Amino acid sequence: MESKDFHIIADTGLHARPATLLVQTASKFSSEINLAYDGKSVNLKSIMGVMSLGVGKDADVTISADGADEKDAISAITDTMTKEGLSD
Amino acid sequence: MTQKLSGIAASNGVAVAPAYMLVDPDLTFDKKTISDADAEKARLHSALDASIKELQQIKAVAEKSLGSEEAEVFEAHITILQDPEMIGQIEGKIDSDKVNAEEALKEITDNFIAIFEGMTDNAYMQERAADVRDVTKRVMSHLLGKNLPNPALINSEVVIVAHDLTPSDTAQLNRKFVKGFITDLGGRTSHSAIMSRTLEIPAVVGTEDATANIKQGDKVIVDGLDGIGIVDPSDEDVTTYTKKGDDFAKQKAEWDKLKDEASVSKDGKNFTIAANIGTPDDVAAVNDNGGEAVGLFRSEFLYMDSAELPDEEKQFQAYKKAAEDMHGKQVVVRTMDIGGDKHLDYLPLPEEMNPFLGYRAIRISLKQPDLFRPQLRALLRASAFGNIAIMFPMIGTVDEFKRARAIYDEERQNLINDGVKVADHIDVGMMMEVPAAVLIADKLAKYADFFSIGTNDLIQYTFAADRGNEHVSYLYQPYNPSLLRLIKKVIDSAHAEGKWAGMCGEMAGDQVAVPLLMGMGLDEYSMSATSMLQTRSLMKKLDTKSTSDLVDKALDAETNEDVADMVKQFMADLK
Repeated sequence: MESKDFHIIADTGLHARPATLLVQTASKFSSEINLAYDGKSVNLKSIMGVMSLGVGKDADVTISADGADEKDAISAITDTMTKEGLSD
Repeated sequence: MTQKLSGIAASNGVAVAPAYMLVDPDLTFDKKTISDADAEKARLHSALDASIKELQQIKAVAEKSLGSEEAEVFEAHITILQDPEMIGQIEGKIDSDKVNAEEALKEITDNFIAIFEGMTDNAYMQERAADVRDVTKRVMSHLLGKNLPNPALINSEVVIVAHDLTPSDTAQLNRKFVKGFITDLGGRTSHSAIMSRTLEIPAVVGTEDATANIKQGDKVIVDGLDGIGIVDPSDEDVTTYTKKGDDFAKQKAEWDKLKDEASVSKDGKNFTIAANIGTPDDVAAVNDNGGEAVGLFRSEFLYMDSAELPDEEKQFQAYKKAAEDMHGKQVVVRTMDIGGDKHLDYLPLPEEMNPFLGYRAIRISLKQPDLFRPQLRALLRASAFGNIAIMFPMIGTVDEFKRARAIYDEERQNLINDGVKVADHIDVGMMMEVPAAVLIADKLAKYADFFSIGTNDLIQYTFAADRGNEHVSYLYQPYNPSLLRLIKKVIDSAHAEGKWAGMCGEMAGDQVAVPLLMGMGLDEYSMSATSMLQTRSLMKKLDTKSTSDLVDKALDAETNEDVADMVKQFMADLK
């Protein structure tokens, strides 16, 4: 299993457009991918799950991937996070 | 069989085309117990697939006609329909409870909607609730074998028939194919009416029962000149109305010759004819119709057409574009006028008994400077690129104006300190739409650089009559001496302090009102772009002396009708 911590810097947090992009990125991989925040964990391939966490600016989240392409998944998600200005 | 509908003439012109029903189908269903869960899940998946396919099509069209930013919402909708958690829960419900797909879909999506709506401290999440509701509607329509209207996909000439039109409906319409509008609801000043005039599309609103009497594909005539709709017209009707449309077009061509001329009375007094706009794109029509200024830029459309609060930069770009495209002619921007009948999904406002008398416009801006300051900064920055003026809506007291002005002065100083270029002088004025403000216009004129009379609201507040309520529409009395006296007070008060007075309500382009307004010395007339040349043509026929005498008589009249008759007689004597 691969996992990585992110500090969210985007003003709007993980809402609307950024959430959609993260979910789309995660959905490209076969690994099971989860997003943990504030003691709760959701499937990162589920837009409803991600949005229901209400992750705001300055939140610390952990993303973990488990499966054949877990390394690639985490690296692609990290790219999306940086490119979209979600995390530093 | 031919059928005639009557309504309110909302936008000039005549159109003949098949009807496109922009009406949601009945999506009610019965909860059923099922035996074959697999078959039910297959039904669910084929409805999901059909919905996704449709959304992809809509997205592709929207990208071309509206731009990729506007189309993003459809991408979000597709992602929701592909959500493994949500689909898993719906399938689980079908398996465990043996209910039909419709029931399972409704129960699960209702749960999510409730979760999102429960996050009352988070406007983004509340907006997502609307998204879930929207996509659920689409899937449900496929489960029930019904068609949801997809206005973004219209690709041939149509007349849009709707209960009412919202800004998001009109945002999806392609102007090339939409030839006319007929709606059940609305008055001359409703959003659908204003929108249709901005788009220069013939419209009849407030027919009450258009959606009940027209079917998809019926041939329909829209007569936006006289407020008539005809369903299944005879060949004779089509000939008559086509001619009427052509005659109007010819008349319009005559007016078009006045495009580059000044707005001047017969005795040589100059006036300014300006236009009301909602977005920078509307400036093209202002220039095409010989506008001398923008008298009202309704900045709230930037907020209403957006899925989230437009930030300072986005607003700056919009104001800058309008200012540049007007080539140095004045652009009066009204600061955010949200509240009343205008709502934002991402900015929940308290439920109110009387929204028009409640938390709206400048009242919100003063209470929530975090919304107001970015708008003022955007306007100040844009002022370096053209001739921007700023006006505050719904001012009722001297104190309100001073407070708004103080925030403006602060932001101006902040930008100058930061080395940002702003214009040396910006006119900062106010709307005159609250009767209390009119009665102390002489005091307000010491502080405001100009007044702009908003007649729709001023009439509503003066007569205590909701402008959207058809039962009290008889109280829309623009020529009533009570209202004329208020207007005169505003104009005289402005002039006494060397300031200018304009009008940006529907009345400014009203052919009966214009002679009276000229007689009172109103300086600026701001109206729908399409009414400007007709008004310029009228002004050329009138002189300020005889219209001033007409005003004396009108102010002393008793009723709205008496004044209307007086003006009509005056115009008849002129010929």
